[in-house]
Amino acid sequence: MKTRVTVCIGSSCHLKGSRQVVEAIREMIADHNLEDKVEVAGTFCLGECQKGVCVTVGDTFFSVSPDTVEEFFKTEILAKA
Amino acid sequence: MRKFDTKVQHLKYKILREVARLAWTDDLLEHVTDIPAMITQGIEATMRCCVHKEQAIASERVKLAMGGDRSNPNVIQVIEMACDECPVGGYKVTDVCRGCLAHRCEDVCKKGAITFDENHVAHIDKSKCVNCGMCAKVCPYGAIQDFKRPCERACKVGAIAKDPVKECASINNNKCISCGACVYQCPFGAIMDASYILDVIDMVKKSDNNKNYKVYAIIAPAIASQFSYAKHGQIVSGIKALGFHTVVEAALGGDMVALTESQELVEKGFLTSSCCPAFVSYVQKEFPDLAPYISHNMSPMGALSKYIKETDPTAKIAFIGPCTAKKMEFQKDGVAPYVDAVITFEELQALFDSKDLDISTMSEDFLDNASYYGRIFARSGGLSDAVVQAIKEQGIENFEVSSVVCDGIEACKLALMKARALLKARKPLGFNFIEGMACQGGCIGGAGCLTHGEKNKMEVDKYGKLAHEKTIKGAVSVLNQD
Repeated sequence: MKTRVTVCIGSSCHLKGSRQVVEAIREMIADHNLEDKVEVAGTFCLGECQKGVCVTVGDTFFSVSPDTVEEFFKTEILAKA
Repeated sequence: MRKFDTKVQHLKYKILREVARLAWTDDLLEHVTDIPAMITQGIEATMRCCVHKEQAIASERVKLAMGGDRSNPNVIQVIEMACDECPVGGYKVTDVCRGCLAHRCEDVCKKGAITFDENHVAHIDKSKCVNCGMCAKVCPYGAIQDFKRPCERACKVGAIAKDPVKECASINNNKCISCGACVYQCPFGAIMDASYILDVIDMVKKSDNNKNYKVYAIIAPAIASQFSYAKHGQIVSGIKALGFHTVVEAALGGDMVALTESQELVEKGFLTSSCCPAFVSYVQKEFPDLAPYISHNMSPMGALSKYIKETDPTAKIAFIGPCTAKKMEFQKDGVAPYVDAVITFEELQALFDSKDLDISTMSEDFLDNASYYGRIFARSGGLSDAVVQAIKEQGIENFEVSSVVCDGIEACKLALMKARALLKARKPLGFNFIEGMACQGGCIGGAGCLTHGEKNKMEVDKYGKLAHEKTIKGAVSVLNQD
């Protein structure tokens, strides 16, 4: 079963850097050869605009920014993959 | 007072607003027949011969606000009773004729239809006249005028005319492209676009605050020139206050289309655009031989809706724009699974007011999904600019886009006739892309706009430049595309 990482690409999160977050996650997935285990998808608005950039891993919600995305990936995705 | 171009729009808006108001509270069935009296107010007629006729017409408008005649495949429908049966005299000499000596009108008339009375005043023999208009063109006084119904004058595809039996206007559905030009131009408001506001209200209500499924609004970039009394972010807040989960820019669909359409253009060598549903319908109806050249891309509305439904399969989507033809497009086979309803800016205003939302006092939410190029799809020439940019961004060399930008359906007709003739003669076209926009100025000239103005194009460009993403690829990079 693939881990599904969903990044909010709604307007509010977009302005806070969801593009950088998506790109960084994609890059790190490739760097660690996790394509078969993790998939990343964009979705419009997770309803928590103040906490953006909103990201979910499975059903768990995270607040990520372009500055914290690397840390987030290491602890929440890489460590559990 | 809200700003509309005409009092006809305002009247239509009031009906839509009252229908919506009752629908939100489930009172429509019980009180729908009360609406006409609310609109006319009092016993004095203010618009027609008597208040009874006003109310009878208002009930017809209520029917259209509730979806219109569902047995009519066309969303543009005539309210026969509201038609003033304007005279259809064709060319006539008015009393401005001075009885001059030159008689240019007589010389230019190939049918010999012009005669003169004892005062040298010109007369047109209607049994000979073919309405070519040459006499009117050459008269130095402009004394000859074409008495044509405003609806007929507005319809550049010849789809509306006096009914052969009744006196009122009648639409030929085989020719009509649902652009809405007649809706906007009829001074009596006798032609209306059927409304899907009830579908939208139903969708929002049944979602139970987006718990059962999420309701998305896709908003057309022509929004840049609309709701000038409020800020863009406030429009978004207003739409969310109506009960939508979120608002996404159709312009992002424009970015998606610019990429795929440019690839298709390079592959095929000659293409017409496919974003304007009225233009596509026109090609299919009047130039079926050129239909294979219509881009196979979905419109920005369709492409983005498809993406949203792929990421959120239970989503419900309403498109909000300036366009009446989109109401026809969303019901087509290839689009129907993705778009659930289409409403216009006029109807959005009615929805805001049906819930007494004053968006100008709301906080500003965000609207930023697309690039400059996706946003300028709203004005004539924007799509062509975007295709050129997409080719550049993809590093495609040795291909130059040579676009014919057709601003309005008459310009589309000329370009299509030229393409047809040259293709038939197997001669080089001299262009490889036809950007077809049925409305003057592009989408900002759409019949469903609240207002139309000279500055609207500038507003679109200004709005385009505010986009966070500066390139097409930048804007679409967040989407999961293989």
